[in-house]
Amino acid sequence: MSGRQGRKAVRLTVSYIILIIMAIGSIYPALWVILGSFRPGKSLYSKTLLPEAFTLDHYRELFTSSSILFGQWYMNTLKIAVCSMIIGVFLTLLTSYAVSRFRFKWRKTALSTVLILGMFPGFMSMIAIYLLLKEWHLLDTHLALIIVYAAGAPLGGTFIAKGFLDTIPRTLDEAAKIDGASNWTIFSRIILPLSRPMLTYMALTQFVGPWVDYIFARLVLRTKENWTLAVGLFDMVSTNQNTNFTTFAAGAVLIAVPITILFIFLQRLLVDGLTSGASKG
Amino acid sequence: MNRLRGKAALLSIISMGLGQIYNRQWIKGILFLLIEAFGIYYFINNLGRALWGITSLGDTPRLLVKGKWIDGDHSIFIMIQSLITLLFLLIFIVVYVMNVRDAYHTAIKRENGQVPNSFAQSIKFVMDYKFAQAFLTLPALGILFFTIMPILFMIMLAFTNYSAPNHIPPAKLVDWVGFQTFKDLVSLKTWSHTFFGVLTWTIIWAILSTATTYLGGLLVALLINQQGIKFKGMWRTILVIPYAIPQLISLLVMRNMFNGQFGPINQYLGYFGLGGLPWLTDPFWAKVTVILVNMWVGIPVSMILIMGVLTTIPKDMYEAAEVDGASAYQKFRIVTLPMILFSTAPTLIMQFAGNINNFNMIFLLTNGNPVVGDYQYAGATDLLVTWLYKLTLDQNKYNMASAVGIIIFLIIAIFSIYNYRRTKSFKEEDMIQ
Repeated sequence: MSGRQGRKAVRLTVSYIILIIMAIGSIYPALWVILGSFRPGKSLYSKTLLPEAFTLDHYRELFTSSSILFGQWYMNTLKIAVCSMIIGVFLTLLTSYAVSRFRFKWRKTALSTVLILGMFPGFMSMIAIYLLLKEWHLLDTHLALIIVYAAGAPLGGTFIAKGFLDTIPRTLDEAAKIDGASNWTIFSRIILPLSRPMLTYMALTQFVGPWVDYIFARLVLRTKENWTLAVGLFDMVSTNQNTNFTTFAAGAVLIAVPITILFIFLQRLLVDGLTSGASKG
Repeated sequence: MNRLRGKAALLSIISMGLGQIYNRQWIKGILFLLIEAFGIYYFINNLGRALWGITSLGDTPRLLVKGKWIDGDHSIFIMIQSLITLLFLLIFIVVYVMNVRDAYHTAIKRENGQVPNSFAQSIKFVMDYKFAQAFLTLPALGILFFTIMPILFMIMLAFTNYSAPNHIPPAKLVDWVGFQTFKDLVSLKTWSHTFFGVLTWTIIWAILSTATTYLGGLLVALLINQQGIKFKGMWRTILVIPYAIPQLISLLVMRNMFNGQFGPINQYLGYFGLGGLPWLTDPFWAKVTVILVNMWVGIPVSMILIMGVLTTIPKDMYEAAEVDGASAYQKFRIVTLPMILFSTAPTLIMQFAGNINNFNMIFLLTNGNPVVGDYQYAGATDLLVTWLYKLTLDQNKYNMASAVGIIIFLIIAIFSIYNYRRTKSFKEEDMIQ
């Protein structure tokens, strides 16, 4: 018996050691950049992980500097994110509701088409969208980004959303229909409230997109005042990596902290979103 | 009586809406007439030019006349304008066919002595029986213009000679060249060497990155799920952090951490008396770095997924195994592993396909560097997809880039369609409820 106990203790100890190493590995980069953002000076290099002195200068610089319009970029990004989230979620919901609940001609074709289109490398279409926006005089506007992000939403989200809607029993719809409800009533009074977890998940992913999309935003937005955070931040890193590191770190912290906290709070939902595709196959 | 349907359909063919007016559906008829008027106005102005544009891609380049530049035809603008016009034509034709069919069916009703629907009734009919189609119109239009149109455009580009330095408008014209671009890609020595080199690395990368994150995730999930491990929730939350941090940020941070001169990683190696490694500057080590960083980002996703599956495995399967005297290892091999593999197989294949296209990881971390001397504009860690980006935005070799894009698409499509067709949600979706 004691041999077995001993083996169990060894097994648990080894497991804890592995877990601790992995936990340190997971947190270290985040810790490093947060501490880096409080470090005086501009250099990437530091002797120790913990800085010898703390300063808020880099955060102050983000909002006062003439070359880094952090506050302006923050508002731009927030505006784009909110608008594209609302429109995008709405479009995705329409698409997924229609393909989940109704049987019509071309339905399977439509589903396969959405799937296949989602597989094209995104910026293969960039040049064409760029020319299209130029044609419609939308270059360097936020409206362009909102339209493109929102129009792209159904491609990414329809399958996950449809998987979720499929799990809402159809007997509910039928019962309501017998009671004389129209399709619209069923949609707004039954389906919408029941799919709140799904909606949160979709809204979150759609909201986060503009904060982290560098490539397309960079292509469309030309003037510095119109940039989003991602463009500004990338610019800070790529132009002079070693000389401006601490300011970059401060900017990175300001973007990453809210999003990370959101994700961790909504962890449960994310797990459901990820696994709903898997368990139902 | 039989003549009603023929007459209504014929009138609708002559002009949209006439059939409806003949059927005494006034509002509907007038709406259709308005659409027809718009359509004719638009197409008279644009259709001829569109057809000319799409076949010739312009005749006259920009010319220097008496010391002044006279603007000629800009092949690429002409191409995209033609494409947009043709798409509008397609929508117009669809509406036209719908209009004829509507007139025809309404006339049949009249022959049977029914009164045609009033406008309000028509709307109610659509909301009750054609709800899905009506719902889908808006997203479909978005997809048509922002996804299908660009894809068509890029496919067309692959069959032209649109590339620097000799065929860049407005100074020069672009022409159709058929399959020449694809031929060059595989037969011209400079291009084919790069193409097959990058393709090989892309496949190695996709296999390694998928396998490492999956096995890593499996290991972590099993570790946390063991009997006797305390604070399961805490471990999970800590280990999921890399997934929660936006990739843009974490990858840019990683790029600094692996910096060969000043980065903390080489600094720590120095403390232990080891020399620093050229993480991002040596072709071999750069490949190691991207795989390592990808593990850091990807393991949490697999972990969450596999932990989700673990909770769905019925307890009685383990009990049955115990009754039969199975050891812990046997329980894992016979119950746990097959269950996990079975449920995650579709996701695994999708992850593989996603990794082939993992633009962010490469672009933000190494930007494809270090550069390889005898490659055409590609570096040691470049995937097909980042190479495509460089060809397009840095080198303006649009036709080559489009050809590469089509090849990527074919590779991914094969995996995904195979995967999708064999999933339950496609085959038996009506059996769930």
